[in-house]
Amino acid sequence: MQQYIIRRLLLIIPTLIGVTVLIFLAMRVIPGDPLKSMAGETSLYVLSDEEYEKVRKSLGLHRPLVVQYADWVFDVARGDLGYSFWRTKEPISKTLIRRAPITFQIAIIAIVLSWIIGIPAGILCAMRRNSSADYSLRMLITFLMAIPNFWLALVFLLITVVFFQWRPPFEVTYLWTDPVRNLQMTIPPGVCLGLGMGSIIARMVRATFLEVLREDYVRTARSKGLKETLIVKRHVLRNAFLPVLTLTGLQLAALLGGTVAVERAFNIPGLGFSLVFAIIERDYMMIQNLVLLFGVCTIAVNFLTDILYGVIDPRIRFS
Amino acid sequence: MFIFKGFINFCKSSLLASIAIAILAGVIFMAIFADLITPHDPLKAYFTHLKKPPSTEFLMGTDHIGRDVLSRIILGSRITIYVAVMSILFGNGIGFIWGVLTGFFGGKIDLFSQRVLDILMAFPTVILALLVLASIGAGLTSVIIAIAISSIPNATRIIRSVSLSVSEMAYVDAARAIGANPLRIMFRHIAPQCIAPFMVIASAGLGVAIFAEAALSFLGMGIPPPTPTWGNMLGGVLANVFKPPYWLVIAPGIAITLTVLAFNLLGDSLRDYLDPRLRGRLEN
Repeated sequence: MQQYIIRRLLLIIPTLIGVTVLIFLAMRVIPGDPLKSMAGETSLYVLSDEEYEKVRKSLGLHRPLVVQYADWVFDVARGDLGYSFWRTKEPISKTLIRRAPITFQIAIIAIVLSWIIGIPAGILCAMRRNSSADYSLRMLITFLMAIPNFWLALVFLLITVVFFQWRPPFEVTYLWTDPVRNLQMTIPPGVCLGLGMGSIIARMVRATFLEVLREDYVRTARSKGLKETLIVKRHVLRNAFLPVLTLTGLQLAALLGGTVAVERAFNIPGLGFSLVFAIIERDYMMIQNLVLLFGVCTIAVNFLTDILYGVIDPRIRFS
Repeated sequence: MFIFKGFINFCKSSLLASIAIAILAGVIFMAIFADLITPHDPLKAYFTHLKKPPSTEFLMGTDHIGRDVLSRIILGSRITIYVAVMSILFGNGIGFIWGVLTGFFGGKIDLFSQRVLDILMAFPTVILALLVLASIGAGLTSVIIAIAISSIPNATRIIRSVSLSVSEMAYVDAARAIGANPLRIMFRHIAPQCIAPFMVIASAGLGVAIFAEAALSFLGMGIPPPTPTWGNMLGGVLANVFKPPYWLVIAPGIAITLTVLAFNLLGDSLRDYLDPRLRGRLEN
């Protein structure tokens, strides 16, 4: 097991380097100069040539790209994410620490909800295959998969605002300071994200359940007279659970992307919301570090999924 | 004739497939003939009718500067379909070639390509697309490039796995044994086997691309106004979060949902029709 973990950890290193290089190049080389695009004709603020040179120097953009890159990576490794271009009073790391809990909380609510909905629905569909319950649930699942989560958010707002004259609060409140307000703020986006994810999980559970039910060892268990509930509990669940775990890992990553639009719809100041505004304001330090944070989170989630996979399934560990 | 027959058989194969094709035919019809069937000019602002609910003159109401919502939905289908088709064509096309090549050659090339894919897959789709847009700026071409790039990894991964298993088949060995050159083997023997899975991921990918375009335009990073797309029509609602007019929210959302639903159903039915064995491999 240890060997497996070490092998997986080693694979992360080239990915991390690649990710930082990709982000760095996207922000520097392609547009020519981040400052130009920041202070270009479409931006909020126009710099004169002298000011431009001054800011360029102060940001260290006149140095060779390799030096800039190394500087950035070492700063990040030390936990120093630099300052936002517009709000220079607060370091970026502080802004992120302030906003991240909200986004992660939304993600966790969405994941938990997707399991609560998806797993029972999938099992029900598989156990009662081709019954009317199966058909109607599958119809609902297919339909839910096609609804954009940010639209669901808008519809939610529409209903609460028009009928109840209420909308979720949008100041940052944490679970540990004001649980009621915090949950009012995080549950609606969590539900909007969780419904779609739950439907994907349900589809997956149904498919793998049916596959596992056809396995020889299930037939053996049946033929020796084991009760159906025991067969499901002992033999099917554990095997059918593996793909769900992978899928959840993949979805958690997709979820971090999904929060961007949903946070925007609800006006919740999480990480996704920050990214949108950083791009609108062309705040390149902020974009660079936020995208890196999303990348690192995804890599971490994938790593943990692989490890968990190894823990549950010995076949993977030793291959 | 052959294609036509296949098409009829496919429609007969499942009711859902026919429904999906009917919806898509409607959307494509709207996209092509938008100029002829829009009841009003989609870009013209009727200043006497600001934010009016649906009426007989404006069937789906008007937006905050008095433009007809129905006409904008109809014209919006054109951009939506265009962006989705182009980005999937480019993205999955690159993924197809990449996947066939690495699956066939294997070894070090494959190992290297896997690491490159790892890097691309370290970003959630929307984030990768946003990164691309942040670097090259918003606009029609940029959105297509952004969505195309973010659709490459998934296509490559699946086509590679097919190419890998096909490369080990006996007839490929036979082709190698008679001295066929690698290019010929790839194009004559391996690529044709990858077309069925390609069709399946492409049709499902179109749904994802529509999602992505809508999300990006909704965030104001995609297709800039005044060009209507379903996504930026929803984005327009954000300006009045405290009293959102229901007709501005509902119509574009239903348009997106129905179109994505149709592409998803098409993908599912294509998979069942072309190759039921793919069920396990593509189910996620």
